[in-house]
Amino acid sequence: MDERTIRLKINGREREVSLPPNVTLLRVLRDLGYVDVKNGCEKGDCGACAVLLDGKLVNSCLVLAWQADGREILTASGLGSIEHPHPIQEAFADTGAVQCGYCTPGMIMATKALLDVNPDPSEEEIREAISGNLCRCTGYAQIVEAVAEAARRIAGGGDSG
Amino acid sequence: MTLPKFELHRPESLDEALDILASSPGAVPIAGGTALIVDMRGRRLSPPVLVDIGLIDRLSGVRIEGGEVVIGAATTIAEIKESDLIAQHSPLLSEACGLFASPSVRNRATIGGNIAYASPAADTAPPLLALDASVELASASGRRTVPIDRFFLGVRRTERRDDELITAIRFPIPAEGTEGRFRKLGLRRADAISVVSAAVSIGPPADGGRRVRIALGAVAPTPIRARRAEEALSAGPIDEGAILAAAEAAASEASPVSDLRGSDWYRREAIRALVRRLLRPVVEGRSDG
Ligand SMILES: Cc1cc2nc3c(=O)[nH]c(=O)nc-3n(C[C@H](O)[C@H](O)[C@H](O)COP(=O)(O)OP(=O)(O)OC[C@H]3O[C@@H](n4cnc5c(N)ncnc54)[C@H](O)[C@@H]3O)c2cc1C
Ligand code: FES
Ligand code: FES
Repeated sequence: MDERTIRLKINGREREVSLPPNVTLLRVLRDLGYVDVKNGCEKGDCGACAVLLDGKLVNSCLVLAWQADGREILTASGLGSIEHPHPIQEAFADTGAVQCGYCTPGMIMATKALLDVNPDPSEEEIREAISGNLCRCTGYAQIVEAVAEAARRIAGGGDSG
Repeated sequence: MTLPKFELHRPESLDEALDILASSPGAVPIAGGTALIVDMRGRRLSPPVLVDIGLIDRLSGVRIEGGEVVIGAATTIAEIKESDLIAQHSPLLSEACGLFASPSVRNRATIGGNIAYASPAADTAPPLLALDASVELASASGRRTVPIDRFFLGVRRTERRDDELITAIRFPIPAEGTEGRFRKLGLRRADAISVVSAAVSIGPPADGGRRVRIALGAVAPTPIRARRAEEALSAGPIDEGAILAAAEAAASEASPVSDLRGSDWYRREAIRALVRRLLRPVVEGRSDG
């Protein structure tokens, strides 16, 4: 199985890696240190590994790394940091939507994908948007509230992107 | 956990893809990977060669061609859900794509992969059966088109030969006044595999009877058309009596299994209910009922 060098733009930064074809995008992201991308079920069921690929929400466990060659990836850590959190991240923290935190990066990326196309979603639209993301802790009520709160904060200004 | 080893080709032209399929024994196409990667991880499959069709431009997109709607095989479920052409001509397919998996899976999963995978629960199959769709196949040695009601042969078995790619799904633009709807029952509202699904497409009244299609998913080894149910509605008024007769016929045409998602009894009851619910609003919305 031959290796190939692929180029990925991850959170704005160009990276080159050599790898064989049977490596998923999830695996390469974690190996490169983007451990905010979580490894849950590895079969598309939980959404813990969700990232934006060219702006679209995908489960990185179901994408081969080679298929992401030349494309842009955004993970939760590219959205903001502890010092400079994104309004979505602040809203999750402030509404108590984070308990163990395992689902949080994927939930945040699902929220980003939703608000990018629908800045003022209804509760039903929020629930649909996070329907591929499982949370074992919160019971979802605070997460739905966090998404609505994030939408309000972004609409009120102060969006860092 | 790692995936089994394989060689991966990423051709940019259809001819190149077909040549690889023809010349590499055991080669398998990969589109969105949402079914294939899961099966490879579970070690149910370990194909030696994968041919990624995602870089072949002409395999994606929705277009109109000579009175037909043509959907490239590599078009994603999300693209079909968002397509204005599909919403205009085949809202039942838009509905099915809206209820398909979750947003992240819809962004990768393709219609060609859904049909090629041939799960009895494939959500695009009942709408495509109701639309009289056909499956366009190409190989290095030629092309052919197979009506979708002859494409599925059994659970995960189809007419497609190993060296063939599905290049497109096409169906005639439905006549003005055709009503179509889709519903599915899963174990929860969103991101659920269908326990039972149904699609109906009812044409306007015409001399010699109207065109009626009723298709069911997850109730037999393949998605099926409920032909006796269709006959119950093709002549005469579509009233409550005709609807009940059609629902009854549909339930008797299914051969559902009992599995962890539901018993055969439950599935038959669910077909009756779904078919009634799909037909009633179609009738209420028009004058020939
Ligand atoms: C979490 C989750 C939820 C799901 N929910 C649903 C659901 O609600 N409804 C539903 O119907 N399905 C569902 N699925 C199953 C799967 O997503 C669909 O069947 C999907 O449409 C497969 O398309 P793909 O492009 O990902 O196919 P792939 O995984 O790439 O391929 C699937 C099969 O089709 C073959 N193939 C792909 N494209 C072609 C082509 N053009 N020509 C010939 N052969 C081809 C491949 O060789 C392979 O055998 C779900 C899957 C997951 C992981
Ligand atoms: S780890 Fe990818 S969806 Fe669960
Ligand atoms: S906070 Fe624990 S899984 Fe969601």
